[in-house]
Amino acid sequence: MDDLYKDEILEHYRNPHNFGTLEEPTTVKEGANPLCGDRITLMLGIDDDGNVQDVAFTGRGCAISQASASMLTDEIKGKSLTEIAQMGKQTVMDNLAIEISPARMKCAMLSIETLRSAVGDRVPWQGKFDEA
Amino acid sequence: MAIVQRLDPVALRADFAMFDREFRGRQLAYLDSAATSLKPRVVTDAMVGYMNNYSANVHRGIYEIGEEATAAYEGARTKIANFLGAKDAREIVMVRNATEAINLVAYAWGRKNVGKADTIVVTEMEHHSNIIPWQMLTKEKDADLEFVPFDDEGRLIQESYEALLRTKPKLVAFTSVSNGIGTINPVAEMIAKAHEVGALVLVDGAQAVPHQPVNVQELGADFYVFSGHKTLGPPGSGALWARREILEEMPPFMGGGEMIREVHLRHTTFNDVPYKFEAGTPDVAAAIGLGAALDYLTNLGMEHVRAHERDLIEYALDMLPREVPSIRIHGPLSAADRAGIVTFNLADAHPHDVATLLDREAIAVRAGHHCTMPLHQRLGEESSARASFNIYTDRDDIDRLAAALNKVEKMFARPAAAATQ
Repeated sequence: MDDLYKDEILEHYRNPHNFGTLEEPTTVKEGANPLCGDRITLMLGIDDDGNVQDVAFTGRGCAISQASASMLTDEIKGKSLTEIAQMGKQTVMDNLAIEISPARMKCAMLSIETLRSAVGDRVPWQGKFDEA
Repeated sequence: MAIVQRLDPVALRADFAMFDREFRGRQLAYLDSAATSLKPRVVTDAMVGYMNNYSANVHRGIYEIGEEATAAYEGARTKIANFLGAKDAREIVMVRNATEAINLVAYAWGRKNVGKADTIVVTEMEHHSNIIPWQMLTKEKDADLEFVPFDDEGRLIQESYEALLRTKPKLVAFTSVSNGIGTINPVAEMIAKAHEVGALVLVDGAQAVPHQPVNVQELGADFYVFSGHKTLGPPGSGALWARREILEEMPPFMGGGEMIREVHLRHTTFNDVPYKFEAGTPDVAAAIGLGAALDYLTNLGMEHVRAHERDLIEYALDMLPREVPSIRIHGPLSAADRAGIVTFNLADAHPHDVATLLDREAIAVRAGHHCTMPLHQRLGEESSARASFNIYTDRDDIDRLAAALNKVEKMFARPAAAATQ
């Protein structure tokens, strides 16, 4: 069983990056996985030029969902919404770099789904998702 | 003293095709029987026999295989009646599962008998299927829905139940055994108390019928429901039992074929019970499969099934906390009032991660809220992991679970804690 959860994922799970809240977020979005009760609150600080200056998240969830959120928030910091809108399922798979079973895909995708619903009305989304 | 015949779970596995499969080079430790049980070959054989050899519709064909199909279907009804200790097979309504049975009662009995300001009492440990139909009914009728809480050990608080009974509810609905935390509730006592105030009682037997002797007449219940797919039978089979005089007074559930006596363009007279509640062609194969499953269980003896699972839960409750130090087991810690269900959280690993990692060792457990979100709110957990037992479970399965949980625990332990080992 040891090969599934790489140390990097466990490390992100134990000490997630960008975990917490922003004092003055411009966008706040909650996401939930109704199957398991995992939830996330994503906070973004987006400047006038449409760049993500700051990001934070809180929530409870499994190692897959927490590590995925930790890695994703690292990745979007400093990026423009146009760049972010290129992201999709492959971004998440590249970040986690482990085999994700179909039953766990919703855990892995929770943070990016929440991100998409947070900013999807401001920028046309280009990245691919497997729409279930 | 009677000699208690012990079940031999390893020998019984020969009856289940699932154990012929290899999972990661070994037999599956199937610890999710509370979600659905495995099915013995006698069940699938009976179903295939109907499908291949006499797959006529029931109650219709005036020819040989039509009569065979009707006889097998009605034979299943009789087997269900006998298994539940019912007085009469006509008290058995065939349904798809316990959920449908509860919805049938809420719709047919509830809409006629529950009105504004009436009260229905359920408990905080119910499966969603024994909450939502009553939410829908009480909302429609502007009636009240009240909940019996449970204590920190997962037992219903009887003082609270008695206080709620003083509001003279129309109906009390509760589970015999909690699918969430395994509590075996004092069903007969709770029914007697409800009857003292004139309430009818619906018992959810979904986790009881597969695992212990049940006799609806001895319990004194008014409605009793269970699912075939948790009882070694197929999905799509199950039953509602209700006392004959209650069924006679209930209006129909769904309209259609079979449930009628005479149809005119603007009015219909209805068939006798239980057919009045069985509109449309039923899942004949599933009913026949369930009949075969109940024969199989009857042959084992339900008191032996309970004795076997009681031994397993006693073993698990004693061993798991020793082998898995960070485990927190929810529900009663005594085998006397606990079914073969161990629901737990590990301190540092999320239930989903636990289930994924156990799957790598060919161990199947449930992770999530087990269709009991209010129960989990009371536990203070978003979700939990659950290992549940059946006749084919043995101590070795629980040893495998403990060893795997121990590995998960070490994997997730904070590095500082791991360094001290």
